[in-house]
Amino acid sequence: MTPKRAEHIALGLMVSGAFLALAILLFIIAVIMIKGLPHVTLRFLLDNPMDMGRAGGIFSTIVSTIYLLVVSLIIAIPLGVGTAIYLTEYTVEGKVTKIIRFGTECLAGVPSIILGLFGFILFVVKMGFSWCVLSGGISLAIMILPVIIRTSEEAIKAVPQSYRDVNEVLGGSKWQGVIRLVLPNAAPGILTGIILSVGRGIGETAVVIFTLGTSLRTPFSIFDSGRSMAVHFYILAQEGISMKNAYATAAVLVFSILIINIFSYYMMHRFVKGRT
Amino acid sequence: MPEPLIKARNVSLEADGKPILKDISLDIFRNEIFGIMGPAGGGKTSFLRLVNHTFRGSNVKIEGRLHVLGEDVLSDEVNPTPLRRKVSMVFATPVVLPMSIFENLVYGLRIQGIRDKSRLREAAERGLKAAILWDEVRDRLDKPAQKLSGGQQQRLCIARAMALSPDVLLLDEPTSGLDPISTFRIEEALKELKKRHTIVLVSNNTKQIARVSDRCAFFLMGELIETGKTSQMFTVPREKKTDDYIAGRFG
Repeated sequence: MTPKRAEHIALGLMVSGAFLALAILLFIIAVIMIKGLPHVTLRFLLDNPMDMGRAGGIFSTIVSTIYLLVVSLIIAIPLGVGTAIYLTEYTVEGKVTKIIRFGTECLAGVPSIILGLFGFILFVVKMGFSWCVLSGGISLAIMILPVIIRTSEEAIKAVPQSYRDVNEVLGGSKWQGVIRLVLPNAAPGILTGIILSVGRGIGETAVVIFTLGTSLRTPFSIFDSGRSMAVHFYILAQEGISMKNAYATAAVLVFSILIINIFSYYMMHRFVKGRT
Repeated sequence: MPEPLIKARNVSLEADGKPILKDISLDIFRNEIFGIMGPAGGGKTSFLRLVNHTFRGSNVKIEGRLHVLGEDVLSDEVNPTPLRRKVSMVFATPVVLPMSIFENLVYGLRIQGIRDKSRLREAAERGLKAAILWDEVRDRLDKPAQKLSGGQQQRLCIARAMALSPDVLLLDEPTSGLDPISTFRIEEALKELKKRHTIVLVSNNTKQIARVSDRCAFFLMGELIETGKTSQMFTVPREKKTDDYIAGRFG
């Protein structure tokens, strides 16, 4: 085989691989949208589920999902961004930073079902929170923490060192430099990471089912149980309650994730453009 | 002889086992432009960074005494923040912050917690006038500073430092990346500034040192070869090495 021929074959394989990946995505989206979208009406979005989800809408699961994400972000953002600031601004690269970084990477590798079980044992049972938004929020926060740490770290590192030098020679403390120069300039990148983690959190079932529970009531307090959209879909489909409503829920879920991903992609682009 | 503003006595600096400064002793007086020249790696910038306490490195060993405005900046007890407000610094490449011209100018004041609009405005104007930039940007202080030309950006950096009304201004090769006209403007600004401030100008451009400094020092491989009046150094240097460097035989 001539090198040129090998090149052609390799290129052909790579191109078809890329198109196959795209085709799979489009196929999944198309199936869900075709089967689900016709049932998605304003009433479906604004009515509470009735008869275990056989009838009615998904309003309480939308509320649960948003509530859960907000609580997990409130926990994960300060922890994650704080860790990233500490790692990039306050430590010299060395053993300690390597251990912390390795730890967060391991955390990212923990299967979500294990995290769910951990959250169930610790928050639901041992700490007595029972199934609730708080238990679910903390568990989900643990899951998205590595994403936020990693992306924030990259964003903070991308802020030119010279800004910190200027802050220093003008008499600013390290913390003032972080607050006034580093974080504002890293914000688009950090935001991208947060949106990405929202995208991951919104579709999560394993962690959520063990910690938030499956109650169809609309949660008000953080100690109320609820059922996220992803879990609702899982139960509807798994127990064969209503495939029609399962697909409709899936359509709403996929549509939300799509919007979130497009938005984060857009943010990332603006971020990259702003840096050059 | 008046008391020097910056007084170095037998200052030696070592980082990671490598000597950077060897036994430097020199005096810098009020209202003068003190030039420090010499080839790269001679310790010029390191000396500046000792003066405003921004030297960073691992395994740093410092000996000797370095008094800046009467304070021993080499002691462990020195509080760098007030020192840096009195001893400001401008880098070789202009670093404008990604904000408006005005916000760049008042950054040093804002971090002191000053919010009073008239005080901020006053400081911004003072800085701009000191750097001879006022007439060029007075109508567009709210515009992004990064839109300015390179020469204007560097003068903005000087203006930003001057907005703090420092006693001493440290300049680390401030015109190394600039065209002759921008360089000329900055040199003019420096001559104006020395009436009320003290300037330490690091440059490896000997002609610039000759043009603007009153007294100067020649650093070579961490050693202070010679220091004295610029007019004397450039006409009858005491050391052969100084003569060779000024004549361009090395460096």
